[in-house]
Amino acid sequence: MSGFVSVRNLRKSYGSFEALRGIDLEISKGEVVCVIGPSGSGKSTLIRCINRLESFSDDSAILVGGNRVQPGRSLARVRAEVGMVFQSFNLFPHLTVRDNVMLAPRRVRRTPRDAARQQADRLLARVGIAEQADKYPGQLSGGQQQRVAIARALAMEPQVMLFDEPTSALDPEMVGEVLDVMRDLAGTGVTMIVVTHEMGFASQVADRVIFMDAGEVIETGPPGRVLSAPREPRTRNFLSAVLNH
Amino acid sequence: MDIFDTFLNMGVIARTWPLLLEGLWVTIQLGAASIVAGLVLGLGLALLRLYAVPPLRLITRFYIDIFRSIPLLVLLIIVYYALPFVGLRLSPFASAMAALTLVSGAYTAEIFRAGIEAIPKGQFEASAALGLSYPQTMRDVILPQAVKIVIPPLTNNSINVVKDTALASVVAMPDLLKQATQAQALAANPTPLIGAAVLYLAFLWPLVAMVSRMERRFGAKGT
Repeated sequence: MSGFVSVRNLRKSYGSFEALRGIDLEISKGEVVCVIGPSGSGKSTLIRCINRLESFSDDSAILVGGNRVQPGRSLARVRAEVGMVFQSFNLFPHLTVRDNVMLAPRRVRRTPRDAARQQADRLLARVGIAEQADKYPGQLSGGQQQRVAIARALAMEPQVMLFDEPTSALDPEMVGEVLDVMRDLAGTGVTMIVVTHEMGFASQVADRVIFMDAGEVIETGPPGRVLSAPREPRTRNFLSAVLNH
Repeated sequence: MDIFDTFLNMGVIARTWPLLLEGLWVTIQLGAASIVAGLVLGLGLALLRLYAVPPLRLITRFYIDIFRSIPLLVLLIIVYYALPFVGLRLSPFASAMAALTLVSGAYTAEIFRAGIEAIPKGQFEASAALGLSYPQTMRDVILPQAVKIVIPPLTNNSINVVKDTALASVVAMPDLLKQATQAQALAANPTPLIGAAVLYLAFLWPLVAMVSRMERRFGAKGT
Protein backbone atom coordinates (compact mmCIF):
# COMPACT_ATOMS: atom_id res chain seq x y z
CA MET A 1 0.00 0.00 0.00
CA SER A 2 1.71 3.17 -1.14
CA GLY A 3 0.97 6.62 0.16
CA PHE A 4 0.31 9.94 -1.54
CA VAL A 5 3.88 10.92 -0.86
CA SER A 6 6.16 7.97 -1.24
CA VAL A 7 9.85 8.05 -0.35
CA ARG A 8 11.83 4.96 -1.27
CA ASN A 9 15.39 4.25 -0.24
CA LEU A 10 16.24 7.97 -0.18
CA ARG A 11 19.99 8.47 -0.09
CA LYS A 12 22.02 11.61 -0.31
CA SER A 13 25.64 12.31 0.42
CA TYR A 14 27.85 15.37 0.41
CA GLY A 15 31.22 13.93 -0.59
CA SER A 16 31.86 11.14 1.87
CA PHE A 17 29.28 12.42 4.37
CA GLU A 18 25.99 10.57 4.18
CA ALA A 19 23.21 13.03 4.98
CA LEU A 20 20.41 10.54 4.29
CA ARG A 21 21.03 6.80 4.60
CA GLY A 22 18.11 5.12 2.90
CA ILE A 23 14.84 6.63 4.11
CA ASP A 24 11.54 4.85 3.42
CA LEU A 25 8.37 6.73 4.09
CA GLU A 26 4.73 6.52 3.04
CA ILE A 27 2.49 9.47 3.79
CA SER A 28 -1.22 9.29 3.04
CA LYS A 29 -3.41 12.03 1.68
CA GLY A 30 -4.48 14.48 4.39
CA GLU A 31 -1.98 13.17 6.90
CA VAL A 32 -0.08 15.64 9.10
CA VAL A 33 3.44 14.40 9.81
CA CYS A 34 5.94 16.13 12.09
CA VAL A 35 9.62 15.35 11.62
CA ILE A 36 11.76 15.91 14.71
CA GLY A 37 15.37 15.26 15.53
CA PRO A 38 18.64 16.94 16.44
CA SER A 39 20.21 19.43 14.05
CA GLY A 40 22.22 17.71 11.36
CA SER A 41 19.95 14.67 11.52
CA GLY A 42 18.88 15.17 7.89
CA LYS A 43 15.27 16.21 8.54
CA SER A 44 15.48 19.45 6.52
CA THR A 45 17.36 17.65 3.77
CA LEU A 46 14.59 15.05 3.67
CA ILE A 47 11.80 17.52 2.98
CA ARG A 48 13.96 19.55 0.60
CA CYS A 49 14.34 16.35 -1.44
CA ILE A 50 10.57 15.97 -1.74
CA ASN A 51 10.34 18.96 -4.14
CA ARG A 52 13.91 18.36 -5.24
CA LEU A 53 15.47 21.54 -3.98
CA GLU A 54 18.16 19.01 -3.10
CA SER A 55 19.23 16.39 -5.58
CA PHE A 56 19.42 12.82 -4.39
CA SER A 57 20.95 9.54 -5.41
CA ASP A 58 19.69 7.91 -8.64
CA ASP A 59 18.67 4.64 -6.99
CA SER A 60 16.34 6.57 -4.70
CA ALA A 61 12.78 7.45 -5.67
CA ILE A 62 10.23 9.95 -4.47
CA LEU A 63 6.66 9.98 -5.78
CA VAL A 64 4.08 12.66 -5.16
CA GLY A 65 0.57 11.73 -6.23
CA GLY A 66 2.03 9.02 -8.43
CA ASN A 67 4.41 11.38 -10.26
CA ARG A 68 8.08 10.75 -9.91
CA VAL A 69 10.11 13.69 -8.61
CA GLN A 70 12.97 13.88 -11.07
CA PRO A 71 14.81 16.58 -12.98
CA GLY A 72 13.32 17.65 -16.28
CA ARG A 73 10.13 19.00 -17.69
CA SER A 74 7.81 17.37 -15.16
CA LEU A 75 9.62 18.86 -12.17
CA ALA A 76 7.94 22.28 -12.28
CA ARG A 77 4.57 20.50 -12.45
CA VAL A 78 5.33 18.44 -9.35
CA ARG A 79 6.62 21.53 -7.56
CA ALA A 80 3.43 23.40 -8.35
CA GLU A 81 1.57 20.67 -6.41
CA VAL A 82 3.92 20.88 -3.45
CA GLY A 83 3.91 24.07 -1.40
CA MET A 84 6.88 24.97 0.75
CA VAL A 85 7.38 27.29 3.68
CA PHE A 86 10.97 28.13 4.61
CA GLN A 87 12.62 28.96 7.90
CA SER A 88 13.74 32.34 6.52
CA PHE A 89 10.38 33.14 4.78
CA ASN A 90 12.05 33.97 1.43
CA LEU A 91 9.34 36.41 0.42
CA PHE A 92 10.04 38.49 -2.68
CA PRO A 93 11.11 41.85 -1.20
CA HIS A 94 10.44 43.89 -4.36
CA LEU A 95 6.77 42.83 -4.55
CA THR A 96 3.89 43.84 -2.32
CA VAL A 97 2.40 41.21 -0.05
CA ARG A 98 -0.52 40.74 -2.46
CA ASP A 99 1.81 40.45 -5.48
CA ASN A 100 3.90 37.87 -3.60
CA VAL A 101 0.78 35.72 -3.31
CA MET A 102 -0.42 36.40 -6.88
CA LEU A 103 2.85 35.79 -8.73
CA ALA A 104 2.87 32.00 -9.03
CA PRO A 105 -0.84 31.57 -9.88
CA ARG A 106 -0.51 34.28 -12.54
CA ARG A 107 2.63 32.84 -14.11
CA VAL A 108 2.35 29.11 -13.57
CA ARG A 109 -1.42 28.56 -13.60
CA ARG A 110 -2.14 31.51 -15.94
CA THR A 111 -4.89 32.65 -13.59
CA PRO A 112 -6.47 35.93 -14.82
CA ARG A 113 -5.43 38.98 -12.81
CA ASP A 114 -8.80 39.62 -11.14
CA ALA A 115 -9.27 36.02 -10.08
CA ALA A 116 -5.70 35.84 -8.74
CA ARG A 117 -6.25 39.06 -6.84
CA GLN A 118 -9.46 37.86 -5.24
CA GLN A 119 -7.82 34.58 -4.29
CA ALA A 120 -4.83 36.42 -2.80
CA ASP A 121 -7.05 38.66 -0.71
CA ARG A 122 -9.05 35.64 0.46
CA LEU A 123 -5.89 33.80 1.50
CA LEU A 124 -4.43 36.86 3.22
CA ALA A 125 -7.67 37.21 5.18
CA ARG A 126 -7.46 33.55 6.10
CA VAL A 127 -3.96 33.98 7.60
CA GLY A 128 -5.11 37.17 9.31
CA ILE A 129 -3.22 39.88 7.41
CA ALA A 130 -5.74 41.19 4.89
CA GLU A 131 -5.04 44.80 5.84
CA GLN A 132 -1.31 44.48 5.03
CA ALA A 133 -1.83 43.46 1.39
CA ASP A 134 -0.35 46.64 -0.10
CA LYS A 135 2.73 46.71 2.12
CA TYR A 136 6.13 45.29 1.25
CA PRO A 137 7.51 42.29 3.16
CA GLY A 138 10.20 44.43 4.79
CA GLN A 139 7.50 46.45 6.56
CA LEU A 140 6.06 43.37 8.28
CA SER A 141 7.06 41.52 11.44
CA GLY A 142 8.59 38.06 11.16
CA GLY A 143 5.38 36.36 12.17
CA GLN A 144 3.40 38.31 9.58
CA GLN A 145 5.98 37.54 6.90
CA GLN A 146 5.78 33.85 7.61
CA ARG A 147 1.98 33.98 7.38
CA VAL A 148 2.32 35.69 3.98
CA ALA A 149 4.69 32.89 2.97
CA ILE A 150 2.05 30.33 3.93
CA ALA A 151 -0.58 32.23 1.92
CA ARG A 152 1.81 32.41 -1.04
CA ALA A 153 2.32 28.65 -0.97
CA LEU A 154 -1.43 27.99 -0.58
CA ALA A 155 -2.20 30.14 -3.62
CA MET A 156 -1.02 27.29 -5.83
CA GLU A 157 -3.62 25.04 -4.14
CA PRO A 158 -0.98 22.42 -3.39
CA GLN A 159 -1.77 18.82 -2.48
CA VAL A 160 1.14 18.74 -0.07
CA MET A 161 2.63 21.46 2.14
CA LEU A 162 6.21 21.22 3.34
CA PHE A 163 7.26 23.29 6.35
CA ASP A 164 10.99 23.61 7.00
CA GLU A 165 11.34 24.79 10.59
CA PRO A 166 8.77 27.54 9.98
CA THR A 167 9.03 29.08 13.44
CA SER A 168 12.77 28.72 14.13
CA ALA A 169 13.67 32.22 12.88
CA LEU A 170 10.85 33.94 14.77
CA ASP A 171 10.89 35.91 17.97
CA PRO A 172 9.18 33.80 20.65
CA GLU A 173 6.09 36.02 20.86
CA MET A 174 5.37 35.42 17.15
CA VAL A 175 5.63 31.64 17.14
CA GLY A 176 2.04 31.21 18.30
CA GLU A 177 0.42 33.15 15.46
CA VAL A 178 2.19 31.05 12.83
CA LEU A 179 1.41 27.77 14.58
CA ASP A 180 -2.25 28.82 14.81
CA VAL A 181 -2.39 29.27 11.03
CA MET A 182 -0.76 25.87 10.55
CA ARG A 183 -3.18 24.25 13.00
CA ASP A 184 -6.13 25.68 11.03
CA LEU A 185 -4.57 24.41 7.84
CA ALA A 186 -4.17 20.91 9.29
CA GLY A 187 -7.93 20.82 9.76
CA THR A 188 -8.61 21.38 6.04
CA GLY A 189 -7.28 18.08 4.78
CA VAL A 190 -4.05 19.29 3.21
CA THR A 191 -1.21 16.80 3.53
CA MET A 192 1.45 18.43 5.72
CA ILE A 193 5.04 17.48 6.42
CA VAL A 194 6.47 19.69 9.12
CA VAL A 195 10.07 19.81 10.30
CA THR A 196 9.86 21.42 13.70
CA HIS A 197 11.22 21.78 17.19
CA GLU A 198 7.78 22.70 18.53
CA MET A 199 6.92 19.58 20.52
CA GLY A 200 3.62 21.09 21.68
CA PHE A 201 2.50 21.56 18.09
CA ALA A 202 3.66 18.06 17.16
CA SER A 203 1.79 16.44 20.02
CA GLN A 204 -1.45 18.33 19.40
CA VAL A 205 -1.63 18.49 15.61
CA ALA A 206 0.40 15.65 14.10
CA ASP A 207 -1.16 12.35 13.07
CA ARG A 208 2.32 10.88 13.14
CA VAL A 209 5.72 11.89 14.46
CA ILE A 210 8.95 10.81 12.83
CA PHE A 211 12.16 10.95 14.82
CA MET A 212 15.33 11.16 12.73
CA ASP A 213 18.96 10.98 13.72
CA ALA A 214 22.15 10.72 11.66
CA GLY A 215 20.30 10.46 8.36
CA GLU A 216 17.96 7.65 9.43
CA VAL A 217 14.41 7.31 10.65
CA ILE A 218 14.83 5.98 14.18
CA GLU A 219 11.25 5.84 15.33
CA THR A 220 7.83 6.67 13.97
CA GLY A 221 4.33 6.54 15.38
CA PRO A 222 1.45 8.56 16.79
CA PRO A 223 2.63 11.58 18.80
CA GLY A 224 1.11 10.26 21.99
CA ARG A 225 3.38 7.24 21.86
CA VAL A 226 6.61 8.61 20.29
CA LEU A 227 6.69 11.75 22.42
CA SER A 228 5.57 10.31 25.74
CA ALA A 229 6.70 6.70 25.54
CA PRO A 230 9.60 6.51 23.06
CA ARG A 231 10.99 3.03 22.50
CA GLU A 232 14.41 3.96 21.18
CA PRO A 233 17.13 5.26 23.51
CA ARG A 234 18.15 7.93 20.97
CA THR A 235 14.60 9.29 20.87
CA ARG A 236 14.49 9.30 24.67
CA ASN A 237 17.81 11.17 24.89
CA PHE A 238 16.71 13.77 22.35
CA LEU A 239 13.35 14.35 23.98
CA SER A 240 14.78 14.70 27.46
CA ALA A 241 17.35 17.18 26.13
CA VAL A 242 14.65 19.20 24.36
CA LEU A 243 12.13 19.14 27.17
CA ASN A 244 14.55 19.90 30.00
CA HIS A 245 16.50 22.74 28.46
CA MET B 1 49.08 87.41 -25.85
CA ASP B 2 47.81 86.76 -22.35
CA ILE B 3 46.40 83.58 -20.95
CA PHE B 4 42.79 84.55 -21.71
CA ASP B 5 43.49 85.11 -25.38
CA THR B 6 45.29 81.77 -25.51
CA PHE B 7 42.94 79.46 -23.63
CA LEU B 8 39.65 81.31 -23.27
CA ASN B 9 39.42 83.27 -26.47
CA MET B 10 35.76 84.25 -26.87
CA GLY B 11 36.14 85.07 -30.55
CA VAL B 12 37.53 81.64 -31.30
CA ILE B 13 34.88 79.91 -29.19
CA ALA B 14 32.13 81.78 -31.00
CA ARG B 15 33.50 80.77 -34.42
CA THR B 16 34.09 77.10 -33.57
CA TRP B 17 31.07 76.50 -31.32
CA PRO B 18 28.87 74.91 -34.05
CA LEU B 19 31.71 72.49 -34.84
CA LEU B 20 31.99 71.51 -31.18
CA LEU B 21 28.23 70.97 -30.88
CA GLU B 22 28.30 68.72 -33.95
CA GLY B 23 31.09 66.76 -32.27
CA LEU B 24 29.14 66.53 -29.02
CA TRP B 25 26.14 65.13 -30.91
CA VAL B 26 28.30 62.43 -32.53
CA THR B 27 29.83 61.62 -29.13
CA ILE B 28 26.38 61.27 -27.58
CA GLN B 29 25.15 59.04 -30.42
CA LEU B 30 28.23 56.84 -30.26
CA GLY B 31 28.11 56.70 -26.45
CA ALA B 32 24.40 55.86 -26.32
CA ALA B 33 24.59 53.19 -29.03
CA SER B 34 27.60 51.52 -27.39
CA ILE B 35 26.06 51.65 -23.92
CA VAL B 36 22.82 50.02 -25.04
CA ALA B 37 24.57 47.36 -27.12
CA GLY B 38 27.02 46.75 -24.26
CA LEU B 39 24.14 46.26 -21.80
CA VAL B 40 22.45 43.67 -24.00
CA LEU B 41 25.73 41.87 -24.64
CA GLY B 42 26.68 42.07 -20.96
CA LEU B 43 23.39 40.61 -19.72
CA GLY B 44 23.67 37.75 -22.20
CA LEU B 45 27.27 37.07 -21.22
CA ALA B 46 26.43 37.20 -17.51
CA LEU B 47 23.66 34.61 -17.91
CA LEU B 48 25.96 32.37 -19.97
CA ARG B 49 28.76 32.81 -17.45
CA LEU B 50 26.45 31.74 -14.61
CA TYR B 51 24.14 29.15 -16.10
CA ALA B 52 25.40 27.80 -19.43
CA VAL B 53 26.86 24.30 -19.89
CA PRO B 54 30.45 24.17 -18.58
CA PRO B 55 32.37 24.54 -21.90
CA LEU B 56 30.27 27.57 -22.91
CA ARG B 57 30.74 29.01 -19.43
CA LEU B 58 34.49 28.69 -19.82
CA ILE B 59 34.47 30.40 -23.22
CA THR B 60 32.40 33.25 -21.79
CA ARG B 61 34.81 33.68 -18.91
CA PHE B 62 37.68 33.72 -21.37
CA TYR B 63 35.94 36.40 -23.46
CA ILE B 64 35.24 38.54 -20.39
CA ASP B 65 38.83 38.33 -19.18
CA ILE B 66 40.31 39.08 -22.61
CA PHE B 67 38.19 42.14 -23.26
CA ARG B 68 38.75 43.51 -19.80
CA SER B 69 42.50 43.16 -20.30
CA ILE B 70 42.97 44.60 -23.77
CA PRO B 71 43.49 48.39 -23.96
CA LEU B 72 40.54 49.93 -25.76
CA LEU B 73 42.79 52.00 -28.04
CA VAL B 74 44.59 48.87 -29.20
CA LEU B 75 41.31 47.09 -29.88
CA LEU B 76 39.98 50.09 -31.75
CA ILE B 77 43.05 50.27 -33.99
CA ILE B 78 42.85 46.53 -34.66
CA VAL B 79 39.20 46.79 -35.63
CA TYR B 80 39.68 49.82 -37.87
CA TYR B 81 43.12 49.22 -39.39
CA ALA B 82 43.66 45.45 -39.20
CA LEU B 83 40.26 43.94 -40.03
CA PRO B 84 40.25 45.43 -43.57
CA PHE B 85 43.11 43.02 -44.34
CA VAL B 86 40.66 40.14 -43.93
CA GLY B 87 38.04 41.98 -45.95
CA LEU B 88 36.05 43.43 -43.04
CA ARG B 89 35.98 47.16 -43.58
CA LEU B 90 33.91 49.05 -41.00
CA SER B 91 33.08 52.74 -40.99
CA PRO B 92 34.69 54.84 -38.23
CA PHE B 93 31.38 54.89 -36.35
CA ALA B 94 30.89 51.12 -36.66
CA SER B 95 34.51 50.42 -35.67
CA ALA B 96 34.30 52.65 -32.62
CA MET B 97 30.93 51.25 -31.62
CA ALA B 98 32.15 47.67 -32.06
CA ALA B 99 35.24 48.22 -29.93
CA LEU B 100 33.35 50.12 -27.22
CA THR B 101 30.57 47.51 -27.14
CA LEU B 102 32.92 44.53 -26.97
CA VAL B 103 34.74 46.01 -23.98
CA SER B 104 31.70 47.50 -22.26
CA GLY B 105 29.90 44.16 -22.62
CA ALA B 106 32.70 42.41 -20.75
CA TYR B 107 32.52 44.90 -17.88
CA THR B 108 28.72 44.93 -17.69
CA ALA B 109 28.73 41.12 -17.69
CA GLU B 110 30.76 41.17 -14.48
CA ILE B 111 28.47 43.82 -13.00
CA PHE B 112 25.34 41.79 -13.81
CA ARG B 113 26.95 38.62 -12.48
CA ALA B 114 27.78 40.30 -9.18
CA GLY B 115 24.22 41.65 -9.02
CA ILE B 116 22.64 38.25 -9.64
CA GLU B 117 25.00 36.54 -7.21
CA ALA B 118 24.07 39.08 -4.55
CA ILE B 119 20.48 37.81 -4.57
CA PRO B 120 20.05 35.33 -1.69
CA LYS B 121 19.75 31.64 -2.59
CA GLY B 122 16.38 31.58 -0.84
CA GLN B 123 14.87 33.69 -3.62
CA PHE B 124 15.78 31.05 -6.21
CA GLU B 125 14.52 28.28 -3.92
CA ALA B 126 11.22 30.00 -3.19
CA SER B 127 10.68 30.54 -6.93
CA ALA B 128 11.52 26.94 -7.74
CA ALA B 129 9.28 25.65 -4.95
CA LEU B 130 6.35 27.63 -6.41
CA GLY B 131 6.86 25.97 -9.79
CA LEU B 132 8.20 29.02 -11.64
CA SER B 133 10.32 28.17 -14.65
CA TYR B 134 13.87 29.44 -14.98
CA PRO B 135 12.99 32.34 -17.32
CA GLN B 136 10.06 33.31 -15.07
CA THR B 137 12.31 33.24 -12.02
CA MET B 138 14.82 35.50 -13.74
CA ARG B 139 12.26 37.95 -15.12
CA ASP B 140 9.90 38.24 -12.16
CA VAL B 141 12.11 37.62 -9.15
CA ILE B 142 15.86 37.85 -9.68
CA LEU B 143 16.46 40.56 -12.29
CA PRO B 144 14.10 43.18 -10.75
CA GLN B 145 16.09 42.87 -7.53
CA ALA B 146 19.46 42.68 -9.25
CA VAL B 147 18.76 45.82 -11.28
CA LYS B 148 18.62 47.90 -8.12
CA ILE B 149 22.01 46.62 -7.09
CA VAL B 150 23.63 47.09 -10.49
CA ILE B 151 22.32 50.54 -11.46
CA PRO B 152 25.10 52.54 -9.74
CA PRO B 153 27.99 50.44 -11.16
CA LEU B 154 26.27 50.32 -14.57
CA THR B 155 25.99 54.11 -14.61
CA ASN B 156 29.66 54.33 -13.70
CA ASN B 157 30.47 52.05 -16.61
CA SER B 158 28.31 54.15 -18.92
CA ILE B 159 30.24 57.25 -17.90
CA ASN B 160 33.45 55.44 -18.79
CA VAL B 161 32.04 54.44 -22.17
CA VAL B 162 31.17 58.07 -22.96
CA LYS B 163 34.64 59.17 -21.90
CA ASP B 164 36.23 56.44 -24.00
CA THR B 165 34.40 57.64 -27.10
CA ALA B 166 37.15 60.30 -27.25
CA LEU B 167 39.50 57.52 -28.40
CA ALA B 168 37.42 57.24 -31.56
CA SER B 169 39.06 60.44 -32.79
CA VAL B 170 42.09 58.31 -33.78
CA VAL B 171 40.00 56.47 -36.39
CA ALA B 172 38.81 59.73 -37.93
CA MET B 173 35.48 59.78 -36.10
CA PRO B 174 34.22 63.39 -36.06
CA ASP B 175 33.45 63.18 -32.34
CA LEU B 176 33.78 66.01 -29.83
CA LEU B 177 37.52 65.63 -29.31
CA LYS B 178 38.26 65.29 -33.05
CA GLN B 179 36.22 68.38 -33.87
CA ALA B 180 37.99 70.28 -31.12
CA THR B 181 41.45 69.39 -32.35
CA GLN B 182 40.42 70.31 -35.88
CA ALA B 183 39.01 73.62 -34.70
CA GLN B 184 42.22 74.21 -32.78
CA ALA B 185 44.26 73.72 -35.94
CA LEU B 186 41.92 75.94 -37.92
CA ALA B 187 41.99 78.80 -35.41
CA ALA B 188 45.61 78.29 -34.44
CA ASN B 189 44.38 78.56 -30.86
CA PRO B 190 43.77 75.87 -28.15
CA THR B 191 40.53 77.44 -26.89
CA PRO B 192 38.32 74.83 -28.65
CA LEU B 193 40.05 72.10 -26.61
CA ILE B 194 39.05 73.90 -23.43
CA GLY B 195 35.56 74.23 -24.88
CA ALA B 196 35.45 70.48 -25.49
CA ALA B 197 36.60 69.79 -21.94
CA VAL B 198 33.83 72.03 -20.63
CA LEU B 199 31.25 70.20 -22.77
CA TYR B 200 32.45 66.77 -21.53
CA LEU B 201 32.21 68.06 -17.97
CA ALA B 202 28.78 69.61 -18.45
CA PHE B 203 27.52 66.32 -19.88
CA LEU B 204 29.15 63.86 -17.47
CA TRP B 205 29.28 65.70 -14.15
CA PRO B 206 25.52 65.38 -13.55
CA LEU B 207 25.78 61.64 -14.23
CA VAL B 208 28.61 61.28 -11.72
CA ALA B 209 26.57 63.20 -9.15
CA MET B 210 23.58 60.96 -9.90
CA VAL B 211 25.61 57.82 -9.20
CA SER B 212 26.75 59.18 -5.84
CA ARG B 213 23.17 60.00 -4.93
CA MET B 214 21.92 56.56 -5.96
CA GLU B 215 24.69 54.84 -4.04
CA ARG B 216 23.77 56.79 -0.93
CA ARG B 217 20.07 56.01 -1.34
CA PHE B 218 20.39 52.29 -2.07
CA GLY B 219 23.13 52.02 0.55
CA ALA B 220 20.87 53.52 3.20
CA LYS B 221 18.11 51.01 2.41
CA GLY B 222 20.58 48.18 2.88
CA THR B 223 19.77 46.52 -0.43
